[in-house]
Formats: sequence, C-alpha cells, structure tokens
Amino acid sequence: MATTGNTNGTAGLDSKQGSKQAAKQGVQEGFVYLPLIAGWLVPGAGHFLLRKWWRGALLATAIVGMFSMGIAMQGRVYGGASEILEILGLVGDLGNGLLYFVSRILGLGADQVQVTTADYGSHFIVVAGLLNVIAAVDAHNLRTGRKS
Amino acid sequence: MFKPSHFAAVVLFALFASVVFGITQRETPKLMIRYGIYCFVLFTGSAVALSWVMFLIAR
Repeated sequence: MATTGNTNGTAGLDSKQGSKQAAKQGVQEGFVYLPLIAGWLVPGAGHFLLRKWWRGALLATAIVGMFSMGIAMQGRVYGGASEILEILGLVGDLGNGLLYFVSRILGLGADQVQVTTADYGSHFIVVAGLLNVIAAVDAHNLRTGRKS
Repeated sequence: MFKPSHFAAVVLFALFASVVFGITQRETPKLMIRYGIYCFVLFTGSAVALSWVMFLIAR
C-alpha cells in the first residue's frame, strides 16, 4: 500500500513538473524579441510574459513609481530636441515606452524647468527610461537563456 | 506639486534604482536582495559623503 502511495505521489509530482515544463516551452516558443519589445513598451511586461511575476511586479512598481514622481515634481518631458544635452534627455525619456507617449499626448510634465524640484523630476523621468531599458534587456536575456 | 527635500529625492532615487539593479544584475532572489541593499547603501552613502566634501570645500 505504501508503495502505491509513493507511486501516486511521484506521478503527481511528475505531472506537475510536466505542466511547468510545458508552460516554460510555450513561453520559449514564438517571437524571440517579444519580451524585449513588450518590456520596453510597458515596464515589467517582458518579465510577465516569461511568468516571472514577482520580478515583473517589482520592476513595474519601481519604474512607474520613478516616472510618476518625476511628473509629480513637474519634471520636463523632452519633445523636440536641438542641443546635444536635450537629445540625450529625449533618448532617455523614450526608454519609458508608452509612458512617454501617453505623457506627451496628455501634456504632462513641464516645458521649462523653473524650480529645483522640477530639475530633480526631469532626471527621475530620464533615469526611469534608462532603467526600463535595462529591465527590457534583462527580459530578453531570460528569453534567450543567457540568464536564468 | 510634489516637493521632496534633496535628501528625500536621493533616497527615492536610490530605492528605485537599487530595486532594478538588484533584479537585473543577479540571478537568485537572495543575491538580488543583497545586491539591491548594497547599491542602496552605496547610492545614499556616496551622496552623503560627497555632500560633506562639498560643505567642507565651501567653508
């Protein structure tokens, strides 16, 4: 009887591992760059696609939180850029993906930095974009198996 | 409008950046937490140290 119980337990474990493996394989199939692109457009989405729920949630909270605080501090969201420093700021802002485009459409943030906290805010927005790029590349590395 | 003090801004910046660095630069949860804390301490510690250096230079 004990042997039968053990066999059933092993079979249950095997089926659980099998379904996990199948889910992992399902994630591994498809477009290789999908986690990278999804992670760029929506912070944490690349990790969610790979079923890394906690990592995705923490990354999304950190990046969206940083971006929101930058906006709340009346930081500058770069639009057109002519000088080199503005171009670099724009590149950093673009790292935020949809957050950047939505904030531009809604006219969030300030056009000109007028107070010290707005300067902090501008840097928060740029750094949130750069951190989002790092997170998206991390999702890509997970997808390709370079990282576990 | 959200108006944090300079130190509060440093702490918030360090917190968010450390979370992302910890998750993306290490593989296991234990190492992620350790590296995140390490980055947070370095960010805030270096800001405080540099502030003291600038204060002493300005005197």
